Amino acid sequence: MKLVVAIIRPDMLTSVLESLFHTEVRGLTISRVQGHGGETERVETYRGTTVKMDLSEKVRLEIGVSDHFVTPTVEAILSSARTGSVGDGKVFVLPVEKVYRIRTGEVDQDAVTPVEAAATA
Amino acid sequence: MIAADTAWMLASTALVLLMTPALGFFYGGLVREKNSLNTIMMSVAALGFVGIAWALIGYSFAFAPGSGFLGGMSFALLRGVGLDAQGTIPHLLFMSYQATFAIITAALISGAIVERMRFGPYLAFITLWSLFVYAPVAHWVWGGGWLAKLGALDFAGGTVVHINAGAAALVAATVLGPRKDYGRQAILPHSVPFTVLGAGLLWFGWFGFNAGSALGANPSAALAFTNTLFAPAATLMVWTMMDLLRTGKVTAVGGATAIVVGLVAVTPAAGFVGPLGGLALGALAAFPSYYALLFRARTRLDDSLDVVAAHGVGGTVGALLTGVLAQKVWNTATDGALFGNPKQLGIQAAAVLATIVYSAALTWGLMKAIGAVAALRATAPDEGLGLDVSQHGEEAYARGEGAILILDEPPGPPTPAAAPVLRAEGGRG
Repeated sequence: MKLVVAIIRPDMLTSVLESLFHTEVRGLTISRVQGHGGETERVETYRGTTVKMDLSEKVRLEIGVSDHFVTPTVEAILSSARTGSVGDGKVFVLPVEKVYRIRTGEVDQDAVTPVEAAATA
Repeated sequence: MIAADTAWMLASTALVLLMTPALGFFYGGLVREKNSLNTIMMSVAALGFVGIAWALIGYSFAFAPGSGFLGGMSFALLRGVGLDAQGTIPHLLFMSYQATFAIITAALISGAIVERMRFGPYLAFITLWSLFVYAPVAHWVWGGGWLAKLGALDFAGGTVVHINAGAAALVAATVLGPRKDYGRQAILPHSVPFTVLGAGLLWFGWFGFNAGSALGANPSAALAFTNTLFAPAATLMVWTMMDLLRTGKVTAVGGATAIVVGLVAVTPAAGFVGPLGGLALGALAAFPSYYALLFRARTRLDDSLDVVAAHGVGGTVGALLTGVLAQKVWNTATDGALFGNPKQLGIQAAAVLATIVYSAALTWGLMKAIGAVAALRATAPDEGLGLDVSQHGEEAYARGEGAILILDEPPGPPTPAAAPVLRAEGGRG
């Protein structure tokens, strides 16, 4: 199992979710984060006080997937989150030691397999 | 000159001026957080740009003696607009009062083009629009133009303000095209309380708009005041019932919209219909606008904040019903169709149609002309980032995290010795 972590632009979130949905990725967690990835700083002015906004709003997705799902998931994110300008974000794939599903106590592979898929398999 | 009239008109002018920032809040609450300042600024900027255009030329186009279609240039730069009487109030006060109408009418259009129009071209558009669309139509109805001679009834600006802005909104939204996210993702209001606050302040200001249009502290103002109180109340009640019957839930955005629709509808009628007529008008006005809103959301027309449904449709219904419900007992001028004067309804329809055609045609021309010299739309990345940051360099709800203070550069070029040191320390990779 792997944990796919993606940092994306907030305004691309809808298109990423759409794309993940079509790839049949069913479980994910998102959080709103702030970060900096080399994009041009925005300069804002409030009454004579000029500030450089070093951090931009980003959305972080965390998706636990079984091994054969890693490539489709990453490809779905890459294709849907890309605008071509600096600041599109990153995708990280991390190894996962253990996964538990809280409701049933299932472990690992079973725990990251959606319920419907498990029933038909 | 009458002191009481002057006092009431001074207060009315301030009331109507408040409506423009109120509109900013009404609209600002309905857009996404990242565009909220831009939307509010679209209204606020009208206070400056349209206000000044009105004082310099607009007032003259509308109210100086001229032809049936356009006033002359004799009041340009406020020449001859002094403290002498215009009716029973100082001429200067009359001009100021009318300025507040020009300002809010131009600001109303912004609701159709939010979240995507560049700010510079927007400023050019509303300034030119107030001179070449608002001022002539105001002249037709209030400046002794051809609609006034025809006998069209428009107490406080149903045709001049609301139908005019509604038609312009329809065309402006069409020329500009829909937002990139329109119809693709849910675009939700970011602050419904702002919208309700805006609607409340609009209602408050509208007493100056309608009762002030009596141009004095007189019985006609009292009638207009009463109608401004009860017609929107009736619209609000009917709207609430329709919400309840259709979905089982009464929405706050719906309530705020209902108040505005009721106010729009009663505007042309305020001083012409009796209190029960006003009540009936308010109640009836809820239906067309309610269904126009539902219908518009299913189309490709991104009239983002439904200026057409609220002001265009609401204003048209109000203008036509004025021709039906007007009563000589109340206005000492003329009866409507219901009281034996069916001709009035035809005159009202002619005024509505003429305003729509003129406003739509000129708005199309102005948008195309401005579009020929400057891009009307923000770029797609700017639209994604939000217009607050891309157009104004500000955020409505700045969190301040990661903000680095830029201290003013000392004047003069940096000393040659300083530059290598900075480079040696290195910046971001």
